[in-house]
Amino acid sequence: MKLLYFAWLRARVGCAEEEVALPSEVHDVAGLLDWLRSRGGGHAEALQNLSIVRVAVNQDYVALEHPVRDGDEVAIFPPVTGG
Amino acid sequence: MIRVQRDDFDIGIELDRLAAGNHRIGGIASFIGLVRDMGGGDQVSALTLEHYPGMTEKKLAEIELEAHRRWPLDASLIIHRYGRLEPGDRIVLVATASPHREAALAACHFLIDWLKTDAPFWKSEETPQGERWVAARAEDDAATKRWHSSPKDG
Repeated sequence: MKLLYFAWLRARVGCAEEEVALPSEVHDVAGLLDWLRSRGGGHAEALQNLSIVRVAVNQDYVALEHPVRDGDEVAIFPPVTGG
Repeated sequence: MIRVQRDDFDIGIELDRLAAGNHRIGGIASFIGLVRDMGGGDQVSALTLEHYPGMTEKKLAEIELEAHRRWPLDASLIIHRYGRLEPGDRIVLVATASPHREAALAACHFLIDWLKTDAPFWKSEETPQGERWVAARAEDDAATKRWHSSPKDG
């Protein structure tokens, strides 16, 4: 699975992009975020407050219960501030 | 039409091109977003716009399609810039063309409201206190939600 990070989440995680092998127990976005937090360090710090975190799977906004699978492109970022 | 680009754009050329050759069009509405020199009470000397290539184009195309579904538009254009910009620089152009002004004005307003809450762009400001990411505004969410209950819905 390809993970992408943007804005301050990228800065806190410490990379813009990473390739991860999805653990078999992770089935949805909530599970993915829990697993990423459990890796500690920048991931734990970046994902401690999920109210200011948005997730897109394959370039569509999704909710925490949305399923994820290997091969997905998952982007994690703060609420958008364009325009 | 949508464009995501680093370079500036010429408003006159873009608006002329939007209506060129289509004499059904009776009016063009436009919104141009500029970089302000203040943010959160601090002087802003520049801002940098980051975006999510791929998803940005996808979301803008979806938003534009939705505007055409809701209003009788003959043409529309969204240009959004990324990269480092300074106060007074243009960030975004939204333009809508229709036989009558009501549809053009409403669709233009709808597009800029949606773009603020749905297009994956993030602003970072350079201030005397250092560089910082701009926080999303609750007012922008409220502005977009307004369109969910629009009588044009459905």
